[in-house]
Amino acid sequence: MDILVVLEGANGAIHRISKEALAAAQALGKDINQKVSVLAFGKNSDNLSKEASSFNVDEVILIEDDNLNSYSADAYAETIKQVVEKESPKFVIMGYSYLVRDFFPKVSARLQKPLITDVIGYKTDGGKILFTKQVIHGKLTVDIESKVDGPVLVGFQSAAYSVDNLENGSAEVRTITVTLDPAQLKTTSEEPFQEESGGVDLTAADKIVSIGRGISKEDNMSMIKDLATALKAEIGASRPIVDSGWLPNSHQVGSSGQSVSPNLYLALGISGAIQHVVGMKGSKNIVAINRDSDAPIFEVADYGVVGDILEIIPKLTEAINNL
Amino acid sequence: MKIGVLVKQVAGSESPLRIDSNEKWVDEESIDFATNESDSYALEEALQIIERSGGEGEVVVISMGPADRTPKIIREALAKGGNRAIHIQEETPYETDPFMVASIFAEAVKDESFDLILSGLQSDDLGSGQTGVILGELLGMSTATLVMGVELQDGKLRVKRELESGWFQWVTLPFPACITIQSGLNQPRYPSLKGIMGAKKKEIKSITKGDIKVSGTPMQEFSKMYLHKAEKRTEMIEGSTDQIVERMIDIFKKEIKAI
Ligand SMILES: Cc1cc2nc3c(=O)[nH]c(=O)nc-3n(C[C@H](O)[C@H](O)[C@H](O)COP(=O)(O)OP(=O)(O)OC[C@H]3O[C@@H](n4cnc5c(N)ncnc54)[C@H](O)[C@@H]3O)c2cc1C
Ligand SMILES: Nc1ncnc2c1ncn2[C@@H]1O[C@H](COP(=O)(O)O)[C@@H](O)[C@H]1O
Repeated sequence: MDILVVLEGANGAIHRISKEALAAAQALGKDINQKVSVLAFGKNSDNLSKEASSFNVDEVILIEDDNLNSYSADAYAETIKQVVEKESPKFVIMGYSYLVRDFFPKVSARLQKPLITDVIGYKTDGGKILFTKQVIHGKLTVDIESKVDGPVLVGFQSAAYSVDNLENGSAEVRTITVTLDPAQLKTTSEEPFQEESGGVDLTAADKIVSIGRGISKEDNMSMIKDLATALKAEIGASRPIVDSGWLPNSHQVGSSGQSVSPNLYLALGISGAIQHVVGMKGSKNIVAINRDSDAPIFEVADYGVVGDILEIIPKLTEAINNL
Repeated sequence: MKIGVLVKQVAGSESPLRIDSNEKWVDEESIDFATNESDSYALEEALQIIERSGGEGEVVVISMGPADRTPKIIREALAKGGNRAIHIQEETPYETDPFMVASIFAEAVKDESFDLILSGLQSDDLGSGQTGVILGELLGMSTATLVMGVELQDGKLRVKRELESGWFQWVTLPFPACITIQSGLNQPRYPSLKGIMGAKKKEIKSITKGDIKVSGTPMQEFSKMYLHKAEKRTEMIEGSTDQIVERMIDIFKKEIKAI
């Protein structure tokens, strides 16, 4: 087997992030002339396999096992390990969701094969495949190389590839089995639930003033409220602001918060970590103010100011109020 | 309960970064170092677990990094309430393969027989998001990641795992366990003056990385580090604060039609 994409389900269908990973795998497969196979297991695996068979893949492998109906890190890791041992793929690819983070490293430990995570792309260099990821607060990029024979496990960062590029086709489904010993499955999980939001809905906002750690202290937060009032905008925030308790959870923008696409997204003192950017890069106009000219936020901004927000915000508010 | 906590020293989020001449890491001269963000939350949670169980047990701070700078964050963790520390001294080039990092930790702490190990979910420099899980596997512990809540229940651990977009999931796991902590589950404390004085007397056991025997060689390696290119063309607004504000108003009005 060449490339194996392991699917994650969400509400009975293939999770978006798995489809993105499949799009990445199709691109890689083309570039290095390798076939892509897909593995479906877990709750509703039958539906996932049907959905997967409509994409341009070599084959779909289906596992139906009652031990996989609810999530267990040990069961999921053991299943992938056994499939890899049986089928010997050269690459095992997953979308690196928050669930996958929980068990994919276990597969790496059990197989003693490298797992490269939060990958945003790949390069072919002679016979070598290099996987690219961001490091050190997303400010730098590295190409990573596997140094061992056998499968490389790869977790693709959310939104690194687009589902729009998925190629359709038709593939056969092959059913296989794994042997899971319930005594070896240490963890048990309950059904996922959504925390009572009850706060702001940023997804419908036309203008968002979003604040990051650059605001320095809670006392300065009033400055943001004044600007938002003047602009008639909603207030968004990066994770550290919410972690500090300066704004309720519902204001968080990013992979663990809301995904927004306003006409104006004003990013103030936000560095632009990838987990934040995935939640706001769909905004129509991104204006960023940051005192660090190397801040990654400028890579997605339409307009940028290298400057001190504590100085600019009050003047901006005043100027808008004077209009 | 005997708890181990991994804390890593990393470049702070506003630290200047310069790629060094071999293009595999950054020049450390100019870096401002700080404790990895999620590790601060992991330490706080460990201290609170001990406090909640009436002070029974100990918190052992574990860190790998250079001999000159790492003791600073170890002392800080001890000042906050850690009981003792293990420092694995490492020289450059640093280990970047998460499996090797976890193997070194596993070998260094296996005789401690921890009931619980806490780490951050992800280091802000390497960002592998794997060390805690692999360490747990290597030590035969149960594992869970992105933990946003911890409860002790009938001799087991019940943790709230974060999923995307405001979703969560409770997971129950038996001891011994190794869990990785997501930022935001508590409010990390500041060291007290008494804590800072007391920390000077606490034990830091130093081991050199070379003395730890792990089998195998790194399975993945950095091939090249570089600055990425911008995805978008950004119009940079320059000038005095007044000029910047004037241009921003202009953009808001005419180009974006936001006001
Ligand atoms: C699994 C996971 C999920 C995550 N989910 C999210 C998420 O949903 N949303 C999210 O936002 N983050 C999330 N994060 C955290 C993310 O990785 C970053 O840590 C976070 O986004 C950084 O927030 P920040 O930009 O406000 O802070 P920092 O990275 O500390 O940046 C602060 C910025 O402010 C600038 N600054 C400082 N002072 C001033 C000033 N006076 N004037 C102008 N600029 C100034 C600095 O130059 C710096 O760029 C997640 C992380 C993980 C690992
Ligand atoms: N050198 C180190 N010293 C101490 N802890 C570490 C080290 N490397 C990794 N860790 C821990 O493992 C977590 C995950 O790191 P990583 O797998 O690199 O993302 C970090 O948040 C730390 O808690």
